[in-house]
Amino acid sequence: MSKLEEHTEQHTHSYSIYILVWLALMILTGVTVAVAGINFGTFTIATALLIASVKTYLVLSIFMHLRIEQRVFRVFVFVAFLFFLISIVLLFSDYSFL
Amino acid sequence: MSIIAHEHAAESHVHRDDVGSRMGMWLFLFTELILFGGMFFLYAVYRFMHQEDFHVAAKELNTIIGTFNTALLLTSSLTMALSITAIQKRNRNLSIFFQVITIILALGFMVNKYFEWTSKIHHGIFPGSEELLAQNSGQILFFGLYYVMTGLHGLHVLIGMVLIAVMTRLTKRGVINADSYVKLEAAGLYWHLVDIIWIFLFPLFYLIT
Amino acid sequence: MSADTAIHINNNEPSYLEYRGKGTGIKSWIFSTDHKRISILYLVSLLSFFAVGVTLGFLIRLELIAPGKTIVEPQTYNSFFTLHGVIMIFLFVVPGLPAAFGNFFLPIMVGAKDVSFPRLNLLSWWLYIIGGLMAITSIFLPGGPADTGWTFYIPYSVRTGTNVIFTVFAAFVLGFSSILTGLNFITTIHRLRAPGMGWFKMPLFIWSLYSTAWIQILATPIIGITLVLIAIERIFGVGLFDPSLGGDPVLYQHLFWIYSHPAVYIMILPAMGVISEILPTFANRTIFGYKFIAFSSIGIALFGSLVWAHHMFTAGMSDTGQFIFSLLTFLVAIPSAIKVFNWVATLYKGSIDLQPPLYYALGFIFLFCIGGFTGLIQGSLAVNMQIHDTSFVVGHFHYIVFGGTGFGIFAALHYWLPKMTGRMYNLKTAKTAFWIAFIGFNVLYFPMLIMGWLGMPRRYYDYLPEFWPYHLTATIGSWILITGLAIMFVNLIKSVRKGPVVTKQNIWGGHTLEWSVPTPPPLENFEEVPVITEGPYEYKENEEAEPELQEVK
Repeated sequence: MSKLEEHTEQHTHSYSIYILVWLALMILTGVTVAVAGINFGTFTIATALLIASVKTYLVLSIFMHLRIEQRVFRVFVFVAFLFFLISIVLLFSDYSFL
Repeated sequence: MSIIAHEHAAESHVHRDDVGSRMGMWLFLFTELILFGGMFFLYAVYRFMHQEDFHVAAKELNTIIGTFNTALLLTSSLTMALSITAIQKRNRNLSIFFQVITIILALGFMVNKYFEWTSKIHHGIFPGSEELLAQNSGQILFFGLYYVMTGLHGLHVLIGMVLIAVMTRLTKRGVINADSYVKLEAAGLYWHLVDIIWIFLFPLFYLIT
Repeated sequence: MSADTAIHINNNEPSYLEYRGKGTGIKSWIFSTDHKRISILYLVSLLSFFAVGVTLGFLIRLELIAPGKTIVEPQTYNSFFTLHGVIMIFLFVVPGLPAAFGNFFLPIMVGAKDVSFPRLNLLSWWLYIIGGLMAITSIFLPGGPADTGWTFYIPYSVRTGTNVIFTVFAAFVLGFSSILTGLNFITTIHRLRAPGMGWFKMPLFIWSLYSTAWIQILATPIIGITLVLIAIERIFGVGLFDPSLGGDPVLYQHLFWIYSHPAVYIMILPAMGVISEILPTFANRTIFGYKFIAFSSIGIALFGSLVWAHHMFTAGMSDTGQFIFSLLTFLVAIPSAIKVFNWVATLYKGSIDLQPPLYYALGFIFLFCIGGFTGLIQGSLAVNMQIHDTSFVVGHFHYIVFGGTGFGIFAALHYWLPKMTGRMYNLKTAKTAFWIAFIGFNVLYFPMLIMGWLGMPRRYYDYLPEFWPYHLTATIGSWILITGLAIMFVNLIKSVRKGPVVTKQNIWGGHTLEWSVPTPPPLENFEEVPVITEGPYEYKENEEAEPELQEVK
């Protein structure tokens, strides 16, 4: 579609979706804090990071509109995330072995 | 590829491209992500090397304030998103209201942070202090990372507050309106990133006891 | 611009050089958001800083012409090579081609009127100037210029009394400038291509700028945070890299090189793009393996982000880390080799037109190959133990950065400057200058490879008498090189004001969009938005002449 049409296209969610996501985020925060109290060892941090990732996914896709943007935006986010991930994995190749 | 629409023939070299504006903002957000990412690299390596020390040091942090701050920031993300829906639905006053709430919540976050930091410093826990230097290396590193990362994050909260305040003014003046609100969207994107960074900082510093 | 440099063209539209829009004189340049004017601003600034960098290089070589003190004390020598590195890297080769030529030609080559964010483009130049002036100012502030080497390794960068903080903040500002350019280019390429220009109809220079822009976006922030951490260490003594406080200095090196290795791909990719533009034009045939070259640009950007620790093999890494990075380093050579094969294949059976741009392009291929091979040699772990931190490394990176990107910039100048200015330089002088520079270059840098192999350390102020013949040769080579460069630049600069006027649209016979607009281009580049139907290097003349093969039954 032309850029003119792109401007006037509906490009946001309704109020209620945002409030629902916010509720989910608050609940997930509560879960993280509760889980942290129970000591699962290394699982505690893994669980905390997993929950943080879910929260991030919600913020990215709903609050930041990634879900309704053009596909190229999601590709971009994936590329950036991939760069971060590969860098940290390679960095650890130096630190986690002799 | 679409043809660039010329809205005003005389100013055809100034074109409007909202999708492009958002694309530019996302690219900028990646740079912010990687900027903090570098610090997360440091955190990951040092935590791997000093797991026990990190556990002990994290006990010094107040989980309640941390959780409350998380709630503040998450709510401010909500109000920011709502402000965009509001302007899109032509409700200018509601949009301004939500933007102002966002700034107030951010201010609350900064006030909490101020009290946290001053309390730590008062107890002698800050980079270079005798008290801190007497601890184990892992604990010294933990607090080094704590101050640098929450400090850098706090700086970005401040920048975000200023940015949103500018948007509020532009909304009041009608520059941001139902037919042209990409600036507000861009500010929103920035603000959500600040939130996401905290979503990770919170468990990594406060919840590893 | 004064009357004798104003270029008028037939269709009544003034060129971008004489367009009278906002204000007059210098203000119409330094506040212009026209991508073409911004690129000229960059070009002039870049070459000025290059001159400073060359002078420092000249002085370094002069000091090294004989063992012991020649012209300066060791402290000054340390500052010389630090500044030489900082200026050449952050103020010349990293911004280089994207800022000076990408800015000018990216919009035109994709059929756009400007970049996506013209004001951010101008801001990018202003940040460049601010960062550059900060770097120069650091020389004169109390404490003296930084003496840490451009790598600012901890712990020395925290302990030295020289102006490290000022210099790292200059580099930080320059990083921001680079990020803005990358951001602008990615958005422009995605959003503003003319109708019909699909991804695989874009010129290869654009592919290279696109790949470069991604590295600028993703890698630069890492050096940003690293530089901030140096400042924080110096001011607050947090101890994040201090072993006595549990920190790891090798982790600093990791962070530093996670940017600085991809940075060298920021330097070389656009230069490779320039070569991919020049060869088809002067071979009068289409590029060989367009898609391979396009994908290899992306491949180099990707793989280049995975090899950083090959700068640290002797720093105290784990064996596993060393093995992995050595393997990845060998892999990253593959996409570069693919390009070299395709370039050579492009020339084969072409109708070669030996003009100055082609000279520099061929020089690039030769010097890049030597640089690339010496890189592979260093990627081998056992060898690296011997030659790390020797002159071999210095020879390697000058071949690849100076011989590669440097000659790429010279090639771009000879190819595109007439289009930008509407004036032609002296072709014969350009060719002579090339030969002098090329010979001087090899006399200067090849001895470094040999003496590095024999054990001459880098960044050393003094050395054993056995290395003297190599140093003497290299210094003489530097004089020959500088002579060649001087002749080249005088030729080009003279042409801007006094060269014969060129109004021909297609100066060299190229097939990309910049050769279809007036010389120099008007403000909005195109009268109407072009509609693209062909690929970028469709040379019909040669191909049609081929006789059709008959089927044998």
